[in-house]
Amino acid sequence: MTLISQLVFLAVLAVSGYFIGRRILQIRKNILLGKEEDRTDQPMERLKTMLLVAFGQKKMFKRPIPAFLHLLIYVGFLLINLEVLEIVLDGILGTHRLFAPVLGSFYPVLINFFEFLAIGVIFSCVVFFIRRHVLKLSRFTKIEMKGWPTLDATLILVIETVLMFAILAMNGADQVLQSRGVAHYPLTGEFFFSGFFVPLFSGLSDNTLIIIERASWWGHIVGILAFAFYITYSKHLHIFLAFPNTYFSNLKPKGEIKNMDNVTNEVKSMLGMPADPPPAEIPRFGAKDINDLSWKNLMDAYACTECGRCTDNCPANMTGKALSPRAIMMKTRDRAEEVGMSISKGGKGLEDGKSLYGDYINKEELLACTTCNACVEACPITIDPLSIILEMRRYMAMEESSTPQSWNAMFQNVETSFAPWKFPPTDRFSWANDLKTEAENK
Amino acid sequence: MSDNIIHIPTMAELAAKGEKPDILFWVGCAGSFDDRYKKVTKAFVKILNKVGIKFAVLGEEETCTGDPARRAGNEFLFQMQAMSNIQVLNGYEITKIVTACPHCFNTLKNEYPALGGKYEVMHHSAILQQLIDEGKVKAEGGAFKGKKITFHDSCYLGRANNVYEAPRKVLEALDAELVEMKRCKTKGLCCGAGGAQMFKEPEQGNKDINIERTEEALDTGAKIIASGCPFCMTMMSDGVKNKEKEGEVEVRDLAELIAEAEDIL
Repeated sequence: MTLISQLVFLAVLAVSGYFIGRRILQIRKNILLGKEEDRTDQPMERLKTMLLVAFGQKKMFKRPIPAFLHLLIYVGFLLINLEVLEIVLDGILGTHRLFAPVLGSFYPVLINFFEFLAIGVIFSCVVFFIRRHVLKLSRFTKIEMKGWPTLDATLILVIETVLMFAILAMNGADQVLQSRGVAHYPLTGEFFFSGFFVPLFSGLSDNTLIIIERASWWGHIVGILAFAFYITYSKHLHIFLAFPNTYFSNLKPKGEIKNMDNVTNEVKSMLGMPADPPPAEIPRFGAKDINDLSWKNLMDAYACTECGRCTDNCPANMTGKALSPRAIMMKTRDRAEEVGMSISKGGKGLEDGKSLYGDYINKEELLACTTCNACVEACPITIDPLSIILEMRRYMAMEESSTPQSWNAMFQNVETSFAPWKFPPTDRFSWANDLKTEAENK
Repeated sequence: MSDNIIHIPTMAELAAKGEKPDILFWVGCAGSFDDRYKKVTKAFVKILNKVGIKFAVLGEEETCTGDPARRAGNEFLFQMQAMSNIQVLNGYEITKIVTACPHCFNTLKNEYPALGGKYEVMHHSAILQQLIDEGKVKAEGGAFKGKKITFHDSCYLGRANNVYEAPRKVLEALDAELVEMKRCKTKGLCCGAGGAQMFKEPEQGNKDINIERTEEALDTGAKIIASGCPFCMTMMSDGVKNKEKEGEVEVRDLAELIAEAEDIL
């Protein structure tokens, strides 16, 4: 009997490992559809950023209430994995609570701690559910959240709650079985929180309890594996990608826009300065589709958990414009996913007649941005929606020449009058004469 | 009167004499052409004269940094501007620049190095703070004593470059009551003009950004909205006019406030 369950367990592990692994490779491929960009300089600074921002949740604490609730789930997620380790080892070795004899009287302390975390996770999930569906916080009900994004968010909360209840039910049933001296359920000491299940279970037969305990055990571990697979299709992927995403953060001042070196080369040759010979194939200026963005832009998109802090702080969005930085990230991800899946299936990929610019993100959104960096500042995991917006503006200006008339006039003023307004360049210094005269007449 | 002579040397003049300034004052297009912001340029030059900093300007040799072109997507135009400016700056062997425009500040400081223009760049708030710290500017005229002043963070000074303290230190020197808006510093709300929005009509929405920000500034009860940016100056002044508060509330630059407190405006 144990052997069969061990084999089933190994099979479950292998199958889920296969599917999760395949998905991870697919996501990696999709991200690498983006252009190269070096983000490997200053490794110590990067490590520090990752430890502070992802591991230490530094940017979350700008809003203390959601930060605290999120911390409960996050710590729960990190530490309950230790219990999952025991479950996995038990599953493989056919043991039951493998760590109990090893850890002795410390074992119930540890389990009590995990149960406490489980209660914390349940508490946070319930509050998050209320914030989303009862209080209807504005950032959760914006237009881009209609349909799948809201269902996705709700499913995550429900699944996490169910998984935590599975732990508690498993431990509760175990305790009753222990107290009855049922074989294979050695005494481990009392568990506090799951103890509340004991009165509920005490009227049940040994067999029913064993079924409950086993079902919860299997439910918990299979649930976790299924959830891990689900996450690869969900906004919840941030639990993993937050780490590399913060490691590869932009460490430069936020105001700096990336220089286009291919343009530098052309400008140099126009100005008669020494320049490299032009490349055989001139790459597209700016971004029309995901392959024109950098891999980091695409990782940003996959790391986004759609919390909406960016959109909440966006001056364009709060004054009713079409732009939502969160929607920029969501659309980039959708397009990367569409192209990547199509390529994997031997489909048309990038050549499907669609593009990120135009079919997913429109001009009105891009033109509404004030480049104020509020979205970048607000993101708890250093996602940069602004750089995507700017790359698409470059496409508009340099490939499509479709910038608004008033911008074209500004361009012309800069070219001919060397200022964005149409003043005679010879008037540039007249303020000095005015000032000298004013001072002398004082 | 000889006391009232203001010196505004250009780089060309200094170079002809074989001299070099300690710092270049980059005036910027708004500081050169915009009637309102010319007053800021003048106030700052008066302060530089008073404290005797050896500065110079480029005069007619200065041209747009290219900031609005780059942010509107026109990288070619930006780089053309940047390279010709860098040629001029490097030609004069400039090492240190101060400007009263956060957009120029950001571009010169962060974006010119990639094109061969490497300078130490300061926003004028940093120089003003330095002068206050050194006791060269006392600003204790008392013109603003106890007055409520709120500071509007420019995005290109604040979030873009993490300069939050210098402007506030300058305002503290005025002995005024500094009141913060609900959204300030890292959370400061944009005036609506950045990213080349200054040069186009806003997109369709239900409100203008500068109105949203002005309302927030007026909510503090401050009689002076201080700023350190020409675009913010325009947007906030328009907002105050829109709210018909121009009789009660002024939008002033940091340099103007200091110059007035020093009684040299």
